[in-house]
Amino acid sequence: MASRALYSPRHPVLKKRDDFEDVLEERRRSSDLRYALRCYTPTLYKGLVPCKVSMLKSIVLQSDHLQCVIKQVSSESGDSTECVAEEASLILDEMAHRMQLSTVRFFVFTLSKAFKRLFRSVCVNEEGIQRLQQAVQEHPVVLLPSHRSYMDFLMMSYLLYMFDLPLPVIAAGMDFMSMKFIGEMLRMSGAFFIRRSFGGDKLYWAVFSEYVKTMLRKGYAPIEFFLEGTRSRTCKSLTPKTGLLNIVMEPFFKGELFDVSLVPVSISYERVLEESLYARELLGVPKPKESTSGLLKARRVLSEDYGSMHVYFGHPVSVRSLAEGKIKRSQYNLLPRYIPQKPSVDTHEFLNDAAFRLVRIQEENMVLKPWVLIATLLLQNPDGMDLSSLTEQTDWLRHLALAFGAFLDWPDHEACSEVISCSLALHRRLLSVSAGHVQLSVTDAPQVETTPEEAVFQRAVVVLSCASYRNQILHVFLRPALLAVAMQSANSSRKDDIYNCFNFLRNMFSNEFILCPGDSVQDFEEACYLLMKRGVLQVLEHEIVMSASGQSTLAFLCSVLEPFLQGYQVVCRYLCEETNENLTEKEFIPAVRSFALKLILAGRLKCCEALSSDLQKNALAALLRLKAVRKVKVGDQVTLKVNKIAVNSLEDTMGKSDVISK
Amino acid sequence: MASNSSSSAQQRLRIIAGHLQKRPEEENASVAAQECKAEAPRSEPSSATPVPRRRQEIMKWNGWGYSDSRFLFNKKGQAEFTGKRYRLSGLILPSLKDWFEGTFGANLQHRSPATPSLNLSAVAPPHLNQPFVEDLKAAGLSVSHDPEDRVFRAHGHCLHEVFALREGRIGRVPDVVVWPSCHNDVEKIVELACKHNVCLIPYGGGTSVSSALECPREETRSIVSLDTSQMNRILWIDEKNLTAHVEAGIIGQDLERQLNERGYCTGHEPDSMEFSSLGGWVATRASGMKKNIYGNIEDLVVHIKMVTPRGVIEKSCLGPRMSTGPDIHHFILGSEGTLGVVTEVTLKIRPIPEYQKYGSVVFPNFQQGVACLREVARQRCAPASIRLMDNEQFQFGHALKPQVSSIFTSFLDGLKKFYITKFKGFDPHHLCVATLLFEGDRGKVLQHEKQVYDIAAKFGGLAAGEDNGQRGYMLTFVIAYLRDLGMDYYVIGESFETSVPWDRVLDLCRNVKERIVRECKERGVQFPPLSTCRVTQTYDAGACVYFYFAFNYRGLSDPVHIYEQVEHAAREEILANGGSLSHHHGVGKLRKEWMKESVSGVGLGMLKSVKEYVDPQNIFGNGNLL
Repeated sequence: MASRALYSPRHPVLKKRDDFEDVLEERRRSSDLRYALRCYTPTLYKGLVPCKVSMLKSIVLQSDHLQCVIKQVSSESGDSTECVAEEASLILDEMAHRMQLSTVRFFVFTLSKAFKRLFRSVCVNEEGIQRLQQAVQEHPVVLLPSHRSYMDFLMMSYLLYMFDLPLPVIAAGMDFMSMKFIGEMLRMSGAFFIRRSFGGDKLYWAVFSEYVKTMLRKGYAPIEFFLEGTRSRTCKSLTPKTGLLNIVMEPFFKGELFDVSLVPVSISYERVLEESLYARELLGVPKPKESTSGLLKARRVLSEDYGSMHVYFGHPVSVRSLAEGKIKRSQYNLLPRYIPQKPSVDTHEFLNDAAFRLVRIQEENMVLKPWVLIATLLLQNPDGMDLSSLTEQTDWLRHLALAFGAFLDWPDHEACSEVISCSLALHRRLLSVSAGHVQLSVTDAPQVETTPEEAVFQRAVVVLSCASYRNQILHVFLRPALLAVAMQSANSSRKDDIYNCFNFLRNMFSNEFILCPGDSVQDFEEACYLLMKRGVLQVLEHEIVMSASGQSTLAFLCSVLEPFLQGYQVVCRYLCEETNENLTEKEFIPAVRSFALKLILAGRLKCCEALSSDLQKNALAALLRLKAVRKVKVGDQVTLKVNKIAVNSLEDTMGKSDVISK
Repeated sequence: MASNSSSSAQQRLRIIAGHLQKRPEEENASVAAQECKAEAPRSEPSSATPVPRRRQEIMKWNGWGYSDSRFLFNKKGQAEFTGKRYRLSGLILPSLKDWFEGTFGANLQHRSPATPSLNLSAVAPPHLNQPFVEDLKAAGLSVSHDPEDRVFRAHGHCLHEVFALREGRIGRVPDVVVWPSCHNDVEKIVELACKHNVCLIPYGGGTSVSSALECPREETRSIVSLDTSQMNRILWIDEKNLTAHVEAGIIGQDLERQLNERGYCTGHEPDSMEFSSLGGWVATRASGMKKNIYGNIEDLVVHIKMVTPRGVIEKSCLGPRMSTGPDIHHFILGSEGTLGVVTEVTLKIRPIPEYQKYGSVVFPNFQQGVACLREVARQRCAPASIRLMDNEQFQFGHALKPQVSSIFTSFLDGLKKFYITKFKGFDPHHLCVATLLFEGDRGKVLQHEKQVYDIAAKFGGLAAGEDNGQRGYMLTFVIAYLRDLGMDYYVIGESFETSVPWDRVLDLCRNVKERIVRECKERGVQFPPLSTCRVTQTYDAGACVYFYFAFNYRGLSDPVHIYEQVEHAAREEILANGGSLSHHHGVGKLRKEWMKESVSGVGLGMLKSVKEYVDPQNIFGNGNLL
C-alpha cells in the first residue's frame, strides 16, 4: 500500500490530505505541570525486547559485528584488541543517549510554555498519528522529519509524548553536545550524538551502525533522523544522505527484521525562528557556535509571534514493499551477516532512489501559508507592488498553486485582502508598507552611514529571508518552470528539442532541487500534463505549442527559476574569468561572493540571490558532476581545475538571454 | 591380561543384566517404536507384501493413507480416529474440536465433503502405444490400463493434487501401469520404452509432495507408470559388513520390520516411511528422523543399481568410500526419476538398539529453544532425534491428547501445567517444546539423556516427560490424515521445509511465518492462517526447518490458487533469508523455477548435460528438476 503510494503515477492534483488539529488549544486550557507529570503509557512494538540503556551498551559492544571490526582494526593498526575495544567503548559513551522520563517531563513542561508563547497554533494531522500508532505496534519505526529549525526534534518528541507514542531516539549532530547543559539534557531526552564526518573511521562507523541497528532490532524505540543531514538554511529540501538510511534498512535486507516502517514527517513554519540567522549565514557571516549562552540570548525570540506551525505525519512506507523486486536479499546469503559489507551498486542506487522519494513525500506534505505566495510575488517585483495588484496576483497564484497540487493552508472564509494583510503583519520585519505600496525592505535599518557594500548585504539579508519562503513552494512549480524555461530557450517547438532542453536544465539543477534521479521522462510528462490542464500549452504528437492565454503563466514560471539561472551564470562567469590557476576549494565561496558583489555594485547584476553560498555550492557541485571542473589534491589543499570551454558552453546553454549585462 | 579378564567379566555381567532387564525393556521399546506407525497384521508372514497391486483396495484414492483410518467428528462433535492400525485408532480426542474451530474459525456445520467415489467417465481413455503394450505382455509383465489404477498413480500428495481428486477433477493420467518384479523386468521395460518411444514415470510409494508424479501436460507420447511395489525383497543380508541388499520398491515399514525380524534395522525413518519406498528415498535424497545416529539416505547407501536408457549404472565393488572422480551415486541421488529407475540398493544396517527412550523439554520461548538446539549441535551430542516445536505447534500437539482415562492423570496434567506456567512463569503463549528420542544401549542412553537435559537447563528448559515427546512424534505421522479432516471443513493446508545456517534459523522462522500471515490477509483469506514451524534436524552448520501452513478458505472462489500463491511467496521468503530450496522433499515440478537460482546456471547445465547423455530421448520424461 505504502509503496504503491510512492511509485504510483503522479497526479498531484488528486492528492488527498488529512485534516489538522491544533494541539496547543488543549494546552492553553489546562495545567502544563499536571500535563508533564501525567501517566505516560505509550503503545509498544509487539516484538519489543525490553532492554535498559546500560544493557543496550553491552549488547552493542558484545555484538559479533563490532567484535569482528575490533579484531580487524586491531590487526591493521597493531593495537591490542583490548585497546581497540576500549576505544569503541569510549566512542559509544560519547554517542549513546540516556533517555530518562523525568528529563522528558521537564522538557514537556518548559516546551509547553515556550510553544504557547511562540506559536499561535501547532497543527498536527491526527489521522497521521493514528497511522503511526498502528505502525509502531507492527514493525520498528523510523521517523524522518524534514529539518528547517532546531525546533524540529524538540517538537517531534513533544508530540509523540503528547499522543502516547514511544519517544524516539534521535541522531543529532555532535555540535549540540558542546552546549554544556543542554547537550546533556538532550541526551537524557533521547538524543544520541554523531560526529559530522567520520568517513574513513571504520571503528566509529561500526559502533554507530551497530548502535542504531541494535535499537531497531530490539524495537527499543523509534529511530529519528534527518534525511537531509542538516538544517536547510534555504527552506528548500536538501539532497538526501543515504548513510543512515542504509543502516536502518540493512536489518531488513539481512532478514533480521520482517519489515521496517519509514514515516516521513513534514514540519513547516509560518515564520522560521532562525530566518535572518540563516540569511546571514548564507552571506558568509559564520554560524554562531551552538552554545547555551547563545540559546539564552535567543530568549528574545520568545517575545515574537511566529504564527502557526504544521506537522504532517505521512503514510508509513514499508521498506519491504519499497525493496520488492529491487533488492535481492539473497545477495546476503553467502557472507556471515556480522561481517560489514559495503552496499552493492544496486543497493546504493535503491537507497538513493528511496531517499529522494522520501524527501519528495516530505515536500508534498509540507503545508504552505499564504505568505509563501506573497513572498514569491514580492521577490519577482523588487520595486514593490500596489496592495491591490498584490491581492489580485496572489489570488491568481493561489489558484495556480492549487491546480499544481500545492498543500496550501488558506483560511476558507476570509477575504483575500484580509488574508494578505494578516500575512504582511506577521512578516513586517521584511517589509515596508506605505500608501498602499508593499516592498521588501529593511525596516530596522541602523541610522548610521553604511557603505554601499553593507547596503547590498542588508538588502540581501531581506531578499534571502524572503526567498526562504518562496523556496518552500518551489517544488510545486519546479517541473512546469523547467518546462517553461526549456520552451523559451529551445530553438523550436519540437517536443524532442524541448525535452532536451528540459533534460539539460534538470540535470544542471539536480543539486539545487529534489529531482529524483532517472525520473526525467516522468517529470517532463508531469510538467506537460499540468500546463496542458491549465490551458497554458497544447501538447501535440511532436510539438508543444503555447496557448494564447498561456503567456502570463509561462512568464511567471520562468521568473521563478530566474534567480537560479542567474546565480549559476555568475558562478560560470566567475570561473571563466578567474585567472588564478591554483584556486582552492576553500577560496571558492568568498571569491564568487566578492565577484557577485562587484557585479551588483556595478549595476550589472540585480539578483542578490547570487550571493547565497548555498547556491554557489550547488552550482559548483553541478559543475563537478558534469566534469566541467575537477578537484585536484595538491598537498593538503584541494584545488579546482576549470575546463573553461566546458563551463562557457554550459553557461551559454543555460541562458541565451544573457541576463548579466556586460 | 588383567584388562582381558575384566572385560570378559564385564561381558558376563552384561549378559546377566541383560537377562534380568531385557523383558520389560523390550516391551517398552516395542511400544515406543510402534505407536506411531501402523502395525502390520501380526499373522501375515513377513515376506508377504502389504502393498497390493491394486493399492486402492486398502488405501484412499483421494486422501492420505489407509482407507480404514481417518479422523472424523462424531455425532457428539468429538473428534475420533477410526480403524485399528494406530495407537490413536479408536480414541476420542476431546480438545481437537475446540482447537480446530478456534484456530481456523471453522465450524462443524460448514462442511466441504469430497466426491465419494471416482467417476470413471471423468478419466480420459488411455492413449496406448499398442506395439509397446503387446511387447510388454509378450515379455510376461503385469500390465493394467484400468482407470482406477491409472488415476491412483497420477498424483502425489500436494494440496492441489488431493484437492482436485476430492472435487472429482482428473487431469492427465498415465495410460498404462506396469509392475516389474525384479531388476531384469525393469531392464526389459526400459529397453521396450526406448524402442517404442514411450514416456516412463517411475512410481514408488506415491508420497511425493513436489508435483513429481504429475504427468507433464505437454507430453504427447503414451505415458507409462512403472510401479516398483512388487520389487520388494531383501535379497541378502551381510552380517559381517552390516549391509543388506534390497530391491528398491520395498516400502519403509516393510524394510524395517523384516530387518527387525533378523535383529537389524536401517534406522532410516522419514515421516512418510509407512508408504514411501527405498527407491523413492534415493531419488529424492530423503532424510530420516534418526539421521543423527544413522545418517541420511546418502550416508546409508553403499551401492545403487539404476536402469537408464543407456544401460545399467552401478559401482563395481562395495567399498565404503572411494576416490574415483565425482561420486556417481550423486548423479542418482536426487535425480527424481529423470534418469532411470533405481532397482536395487545396498544399505548399511545396524543391530536393533537395546533401548529407546522419548523425552521432552519445555522452553520459555522459541529463541531459547533454538539456542539450546544449537548448543546440542555444537557439542555434537544430538540424540537420535531432536525437534523443536514452536508455540502454535505445541498447542496443536496438545489438541491431539486422547481422552484421559483417570482423574489422577488429569490431575497430574493440571499440576504440571500449574508448575510450568505459574511456578516457573512460562507464558503459555510463548513456551515451546523440544521432543527427544534417545537410542542405544541403556547406560549410554541414560548418560546421554542427562547430558542433553543439562544443556537444556542452561537455556531455561525444563524436562517435560516422555509423554509429550511421544505425542510430538505422533503428530508427524497423523498430520496428513488431519489434513483430510480439515478439507472436510473448508480448511486446506500443507507443509514445506528448508535447511538454513544456525544464525539465521530464528530470523527465517519469524519472517516466513509472518509472510504467510500477511500474504493470506492480502489475498482475502477471511481468518488468520495457522502458520507454524519446527526445527526438525540439527547439523553441524545449520538446521532443517519444517513449516505447517493451513487456512480456512470459506468465501474464496479459488482457494488452491491462493494457497499456491502464498506458498510461492513463502518459498521466496525462505530463499531471501538464506534458506535452501529443499532439505528433503525435493524439487519436482513445484520448485523447478528456482533451480537455476539455487545451483547456478553452470550447475544446472551440468545436470542437463548428464540428462542429455543418459536419456537423449527423454524416456524418463516426468519433467522434474530440470
